[in-house]
Amino acid sequence: MKKSESRFDAELRRRGVSRREFVAFCGVMASTLALPRSLEAKIAAALQKSEKPILVWLEFQDCAGNTESFLRATKPTAAEIVLDTLSVDYHETIMAAAGHQAEEVLAKTVKDKKGEYIVIVEGSIPTGANGAYCTIGGRSALQIAREVCGGAAATIAVGTCAAYGGLPAASPNPTGALGVADAVPGLKNLINLPACPANAENITALVVYYLTFKSFPPLDQYKRPLFAYGKSIHDNCERRAHFDASQYVEAWGDEPHRTGYCLYKMGCKGPVTFQNCPQIRWNGGTNWPIGCGHPCIGCAEPDFWDKMTPFYQHLPNVPGFGRAANIDKIGLLATAGVAAVFATHGVISMIHRSTGPKAVETPPPPVDPVEKVEKGDRP
Amino acid sequence: MTHVVVDPVTRIEGHLRIEAEVDGGFVKDAWSSSTMFRGIELILKGRDPRDAWAFTQRICGVCTTVHAIASIRAVENAVGAVPPPNARLLRNLIIGSQCVQDHVIHFYHLHALDWVDIVSALSADPAKTSALAESISDWPLSSAKYFASVRDRIKGFVERGQLGPFANAYWGHPAYVLPPEANLMAVAHYLEALDWQRDVIKIHAILGGKNPHLQSFLVGGMATPIDPDRQASLNAGSIAELKELAAKARDFVTKVYIPDLLAVASFYKNWAGYGGGVGNYLVYGEYPEDDAAKPALFLPQGIIRKRDLSKIEAFDPAKITEHVKHSWYEYAAGDDQGLHPFKGETLPKYTGPNPPYERLDTAAKYSWLKSPRYDGEPMEVGPLARMLVAYGSGHARVKELVGAVLKKLGVGPEALFSTLGRVAARGIETQILAEKMSDWIDQLAANMARRELRIHDNSKWEPSSWPKDCTGAGFHEAPRGALGHWVHIVDGAIANYQCIVPSTWNAGPRDAKGRRGPYEEALLGTPVADPTKPIEILRTVHSFDPCMACGVHVLDASRRKLAEVRAS
Repeated sequence: MKKSESRFDAELRRRGVSRREFVAFCGVMASTLALPRSLEAKIAAALQKSEKPILVWLEFQDCAGNTESFLRATKPTAAEIVLDTLSVDYHETIMAAAGHQAEEVLAKTVKDKKGEYIVIVEGSIPTGANGAYCTIGGRSALQIAREVCGGAAATIAVGTCAAYGGLPAASPNPTGALGVADAVPGLKNLINLPACPANAENITALVVYYLTFKSFPPLDQYKRPLFAYGKSIHDNCERRAHFDASQYVEAWGDEPHRTGYCLYKMGCKGPVTFQNCPQIRWNGGTNWPIGCGHPCIGCAEPDFWDKMTPFYQHLPNVPGFGRAANIDKIGLLATAGVAAVFATHGVISMIHRSTGPKAVETPPPPVDPVEKVEKGDRP
Repeated sequence: MTHVVVDPVTRIEGHLRIEAEVDGGFVKDAWSSSTMFRGIELILKGRDPRDAWAFTQRICGVCTTVHAIASIRAVENAVGAVPPPNARLLRNLIIGSQCVQDHVIHFYHLHALDWVDIVSALSADPAKTSALAESISDWPLSSAKYFASVRDRIKGFVERGQLGPFANAYWGHPAYVLPPEANLMAVAHYLEALDWQRDVIKIHAILGGKNPHLQSFLVGGMATPIDPDRQASLNAGSIAELKELAAKARDFVTKVYIPDLLAVASFYKNWAGYGGGVGNYLVYGEYPEDDAAKPALFLPQGIIRKRDLSKIEAFDPAKITEHVKHSWYEYAAGDDQGLHPFKGETLPKYTGPNPPYERLDTAAKYSWLKSPRYDGEPMEVGPLARMLVAYGSGHARVKELVGAVLKKLGVGPEALFSTLGRVAARGIETQILAEKMSDWIDQLAANMARRELRIHDNSKWEPSSWPKDCTGAGFHEAPRGALGHWVHIVDGAIANYQCIVPSTWNAGPRDAKGRRGPYEEALLGTPVADPTKPIEILRTVHSFDPCMACGVHVLDASRRKLAEVRAS
């Protein structure tokens, strides 16, 4: 280490990252989170702390898709998070220890770091067969979730299965699968990061947000951070101009399809899906589903396996409206804000299969993160 | 006799529990149990068959393409849709890149820590590490300075006192035999592979919009438009990008993965004597090279029995049966016979202990996996099976590479039937596919050049064009082995759906006759130096690359019999 250099600077140097690059990264992160430029310094300060916050990653009725998504993160990368930013004490897919040695690690963290660690949950939690539809180390997913999430500083339900039950909870929900909020009611600081899988950049952005502000971002009524789920796919879609001009793809591979016209008639659920795919795209900004010619399937919305299917049927005709009126109506509803999703979903569930109502908690009023920080809740 | 329980088996996809009896330092008996169930086939009933690929895709997010591919093939087989040549090429590229990326992740991130001691790497001499690396490869990241920086990064990590995912592992276990320099080299490549996997999988983002869970699959073709004169289609720019990524994939495989595999294997040659398993191998074959009803396959189909490579038997789908004698399901006519999957009639019925539990009753039912059998025999599936069938069928490049690997390690062909053989076969397959990718990209470009732009068979898109009642099967070689989906469609909706999955073949429990599944059989005779730290059990189980979420499925809950199925 050079004499005038801080430990953090030495680490940056060892990792081949210049100060300038680090500051630039903080700027990118600030813009992903839609924060004012003045907060970049705060992000930088938070990332430099040497005590690493502890992360426990639980997998229940999952496909490991969110884990894989996390491994595709670019800003920062999974390696940087695992080695430098957080202490990932438990994650079945990557951890070296197995069996009782793995479970010892988890037990120790839960006991010694009560109220300090963050939990990420991936996969739904089955309530049928006394929990025997998912056991780890002989304990049921529900037993583990109650204990581990119950003692956490915060719980992040990553992916639509953990957030709302997802695929296992799709009708007829053979295993009684629930999302974390329903399986373990009353958890403090629960945040949902749905989508199938959750976008890696949103996972890391949320982690950085927490490290920076020691608080979580404002959420919508589905407990999703507004920074990633505040606008509909349709509002930000690169094909929106074709929608407005009534230029639609009519068949796979036809000229409109090759030209990049609107996929509404092929079943696109962009108008009723709230996520930032069009802006951040996927895999380091390489592409996104609509970019490769396939409609949005609505994967960030609760119960999308039931409410957004059949996937290739265009959004339903609202009784009393013609198709054209319906397209405009849904477009307008979507732009009117998050509350409109309820109305639109109501229409869809009326027409598609019904799985019965799900309890929706009343959301706390959104808190402006900047305001909160300035009031003294400093990291 | 010591009873060893490994639960959870980590560094796999999903939830796996191994129970074993260890006596005199060796495994005497073993039981493989899958401890998670979702019931995805039940969820599919009554839905639009064109949606099924998206549902089944979510069986697994690691091998994120495989169930989508098997599903669209099954539905196409049922409704008579014929995907055009471009769709075949796009699928081959997606399947091939999935396999290459998945195998490398398996080697470095899921399996390596069974062989590589990270703590030992801290005492490595960077100069000696550099000499070792440069003696086996011309990969440019090989200077002493580079390895010193990796060592210091790990040292810094350890000194901060928070070991994270590397805490409480088996470091220092006598079964680790690599010298510190080899350990450091492997740790450096573990980190490099993390970056590499993230970059090369952009092939999937280009062809499928995103990874995991690509979104460009369609019954009858693909959704990715092709047009050299359009910005919103795959065009010359996309071809250039694909070529660059494929070259990057091949470079790492050739210059890092394969040399590492051979270097590590040379220290663990005794593992060619463990983990043999059932000795029967099943391969459906993959990578159609033309558009005929029975296309030529780049990697051939076939059956091997009792390790006899001189006789590759033809595959007959009618010979598949499944057993539930030791699985948490029941059959109407009793659990003592196996049923052909077309006649599957299973209901989940958990009879195990209530959680939390210490032990499973392995004399009774003990897994959410069923026990598939071929002609009554347990079969191993996966890269080893594929390379053995290709070798026995005279696949020139496979024969060449298998021969080279055996020569390099100084072992005979019998070494293939082992834990080490599985590791080597996975590497050989990765090399072969990494080489093959550019062919398919060239063919796609050639089609583009002559304005062959079709991506989809629109004639069978609308359910009104389908038979009122039809059935179909879709076969696929997933990274972990032979995968089959079977679908029954009535009035345009799914009447029944079932999957028989690689990890069901490999990880399934005993059948009605008490014969062990491939994991269970392969564990017999595995040495266990310390039953409280059974790293050797992990080595053999990980050599199969378990994917448990894939393995668990439900067949026909309504006990309705399926009609005759046209096999693809």
